[in-house]
Amino acid sequence: MNELILKGAAELSQLMADGQVSSQEITQACLDRIAQVESAVAAFLHVDAERALAQAQRIDRQRAAGQALGPLAGVPVALKDSFAYAGAPTTCGSLILRDWIPPYNATVTQRLLDAGLVILGKTNLDEFAMGSSTENSAFGPTHNPWDLERVPGGSGGGSAASLVAFETPLAIGSDTGGSIRQPAAVTGTIGVKPTYGGSSRYGLVAMASSLDQPGPCARGVLDAALLHRVIAGWDPKDSTSIDAPVPDVVQAAGQTDLTGLRIGVVKELGGEGYAAGVERRFTEAVGLLEAAGAQLSEVSCPHFPLALGAYYLIMPSEVSSNLARFDAVRYGWRVNDDGRHSVEQVMRRSRGAGFGDEAKRRIILGTYALSSGYYDAYYGSAQKVRTLIIEDFAAAFERVDVLISPATPTTAFKLGERAGDPLAMYKADLCTIPSNLAGNAAASFPVGLSPEDGMPVGLQVMAPPLADDRLYRVGAALELALRQQWSGPLWAELVRREESR
Amino acid sequence: MSPAERLLDFDQAMALFDPVLGLEVHVELNTRSKMFCGCSTAFGAEPNSQTCPVCLGLPGSLPVLNRRAVESAVRIGLALNCSIAQWCRFARKNYFYPDMPKDFQTSQYDEPICQGGQVTVEVSGQPYLIEIERAHMEEDAGKLVHVGVTGRIQGADHSLLDYNRAGVPLIEIVTKPVTGTGAQAPQVARAYVAYLRDLLRGLGVSDVRMEQGSLRCDANVSLMPKGASQLGTRTETKNVNSLRSIERALRYEIRRQAAVLVDGGRVKQETRHWHEDVGLTSPGRSKEQAEDYRYFPEPDLAPIAPSPEWVERLRRDLPEAPDQRVARLRLEWGFSEAEMRDVTGGGALDRVAQTVAAGATPTAARKWWTTELARWANQAGVELDDVPMTPDQVAEVQALIDRGVINDKLARRVFEAVLAGQGAPDEVVRSLGLAVVSDGAALSQAVQRAIAAQPEAAQSIRQGKVQAVGALIGQVMKDLRGQADAATVRQLILDELT
Repeated sequence: MNELILKGAAELSQLMADGQVSSQEITQACLDRIAQVESAVAAFLHVDAERALAQAQRIDRQRAAGQALGPLAGVPVALKDSFAYAGAPTTCGSLILRDWIPPYNATVTQRLLDAGLVILGKTNLDEFAMGSSTENSAFGPTHNPWDLERVPGGSGGGSAASLVAFETPLAIGSDTGGSIRQPAAVTGTIGVKPTYGGSSRYGLVAMASSLDQPGPCARGVLDAALLHRVIAGWDPKDSTSIDAPVPDVVQAAGQTDLTGLRIGVVKELGGEGYAAGVERRFTEAVGLLEAAGAQLSEVSCPHFPLALGAYYLIMPSEVSSNLARFDAVRYGWRVNDDGRHSVEQVMRRSRGAGFGDEAKRRIILGTYALSSGYYDAYYGSAQKVRTLIIEDFAAAFERVDVLISPATPTTAFKLGERAGDPLAMYKADLCTIPSNLAGNAAASFPVGLSPEDGMPVGLQVMAPPLADDRLYRVGAALELALRQQWSGPLWAELVRREESR
Repeated sequence: MSPAERLLDFDQAMALFDPVLGLEVHVELNTRSKMFCGCSTAFGAEPNSQTCPVCLGLPGSLPVLNRRAVESAVRIGLALNCSIAQWCRFARKNYFYPDMPKDFQTSQYDEPICQGGQVTVEVSGQPYLIEIERAHMEEDAGKLVHVGVTGRIQGADHSLLDYNRAGVPLIEIVTKPVTGTGAQAPQVARAYVAYLRDLLRGLGVSDVRMEQGSLRCDANVSLMPKGASQLGTRTETKNVNSLRSIERALRYEIRRQAAVLVDGGRVKQETRHWHEDVGLTSPGRSKEQAEDYRYFPEPDLAPIAPSPEWVERLRRDLPEAPDQRVARLRLEWGFSEAEMRDVTGGGALDRVAQTVAAGATPTAARKWWTTELARWANQAGVELDDVPMTPDQVAEVQALIDRGVINDKLARRVFEAVLAGQGAPDEVVRSLGLAVVSDGAALSQAVQRAIAAQPEAAQSIRQGKVQAVGALIGQVMKDLRGQADAATVRQLILDELT
């Protein structure tokens, strides 16, 4: 195993700065690793070796010429396949976009390129980011490197899996109901959903506009913070992005003392339905946070149990409208375009053939929820619940600085286990959804392996809007405490397993 | 197209029913860029040359609101005496159609930016109050060009799409039901749209060119039996592309609906399409199964909250309202009310004002725009604004008359030639040799010829019957093909014979 693939972004950056390694060597090591493990993991939908190496070479030249470079210049990154990357396929895991190549870059993509990062390729996801397992990808599921029989979570399972398959040190995800945090939790990686509006959605193919948020994925807290800083910040192209300074997440990722930090454990996110192994690791982590100086208390957020229901009205409503444009008229897969069918027939058949079951299910749900006569009862009521959840958070953040909960009720489930049971699948996002509805910042950090199945467990931290730095402060403290306990990062266990095979 | 339907005589219809109008006017704003992206809004460019990921609705693209469009919307609202929302949102109107890049239109639904205004329009000296329900912002759709024998969607071989217009900012102005207009309903509708056109032009927010679609009117009308209070079923007529068509289309719909009702039938609630060439409407999309647009607040745009201070500043800077302007100009020009009605009724106000500004007297300017040019426009079936002669040119013709280069009669030939595209007035006068004969020798020779041709008339004048001079003037003018100044000719004859 090439040592380079195990190193984090901050360390690689330092090695490049010291002239010990080139971006081309790092990039080649990642590409070699991808070639080696993809057949088993299937984290990528598209690998762009040519452009990755060209960018790496450009960065190496610039460095050699003594040009000032950003801290992540030359570091490889994987991009979820729902972000527009000009010239590369951007399928969103859907047949309907299987041949679409965007003519423009998402703001996140552009910021990665401008900062000198090397985009390795596009990672797998549930179709249009709808799912919690990547099994809804039209191009086949991604496998969890901890156990190839299990799912890597979703929708950003490809990005999360690529990190612990050591194919890339960094990845980009997007989080609508937990699509960054839930895969992070079940793969033992770090995933951050910034405050809604904290990073630009321009060029992220929309699932639910009022909930979607791009964010960083990494194996280490500092790496995530460095990536967060590159992609975050106001974008004039996204009217919902916030025109405010990005919280100093990198500085926060260097703090490990939690003295004086008030942490609330959400009472409603635990108990029945939560796996014993998850609760056990969570409780242990609470002890570690306390030991790091935090003041722990229990906080009630009484409306959180309504979040899942509200989410499954608001999200599909927006989905039904956002996915309307995939009508095969301007782009996308076209069916029955033989001159004998009307435009309506071509649109209907293309959508029928191009969308998978989950996409169709949500389009139908949303269309129904927005229908005249049902709007008030469904969409209207759900928006009221959303307000109540925002109020729950506001009240809680009067008392504590951050809230914590398990990131997911269970560890990674087996491929196929929930495929036929949408409701069971939806419950994977039980803990993560409230922060999407309220728009506050949240992240998942690894807190160990469940004693029940040996699979990773994640702890969720939730911070008030624009206090994303607090996530990193808690994450850094946890990371330090757990490293001491495990004599290294959690993922080192994966390396040991691979080497002993 | 369906065969012509039975129509009731208009007067008969009016004896039985009261029409109720509802007018929806779409105004294309003349902002340089589109509603939600930076693309140009210029009319007539190469198809799809003015598009980008946003107005093509490419996956991942997001709208950014054009602040200038909001300002125009607020100014329009203020000019219509509406109240301006302190907080409002866009909404998505969801429906599938190939000319809608996102398959939803970003519009406003239950939170329009302007609400509850009113304007007064005049028809034959009678004022009519038109109440405005709302004015809201939305984006325009692209354009479908159907290729095939019919040129319409039915029977087309294929269709071409031009998204240059997609995303151009629109303001939709909707009236409350307009009642009590009786037989004047079609004229009231026309006068209202003409008023809006003048108002919007005065605000400088739109090109207001109906034939280019920058001002479009959907005319709703229903009939109520006289004395009833329950509104009838309405139809909505689209493709009404001129002031004249509004009047004609409504007249047609009233007569058609009256015939349906008199025959004991039921008016179908539907969209109808006006055919200017044949002067009738045909049914379009049926609204019986009302389409459910599944409106919901647009999550990609922040709410709009115009500050009261800003709105007040815009209110202060509003230009004069059209009716106030008419009153002021009438006094300035010294016109009678009837004379002014001639000008405004014919849509000549701006043209007359511009002609006066170019140096002509108000009376001369009025004369040409309400007679010669109005006649030409009417025959050509175009609006006065589209007559191919500028106010400057009209003032120039008048100056030629005032300088004695041509007379009134010749002036009409100059107008004809200029309108026929033969050049500017002075060129036409030169090229057609229309200038009056002012060469003394040529004139006295013509006078001599006239005296010789009409010796009796000449004799009468010598005997002191000066009124006989008319016959000789006529003879000279005939001889010179009208190209002489009558007063000069008269003096020459009298000098010769008395």
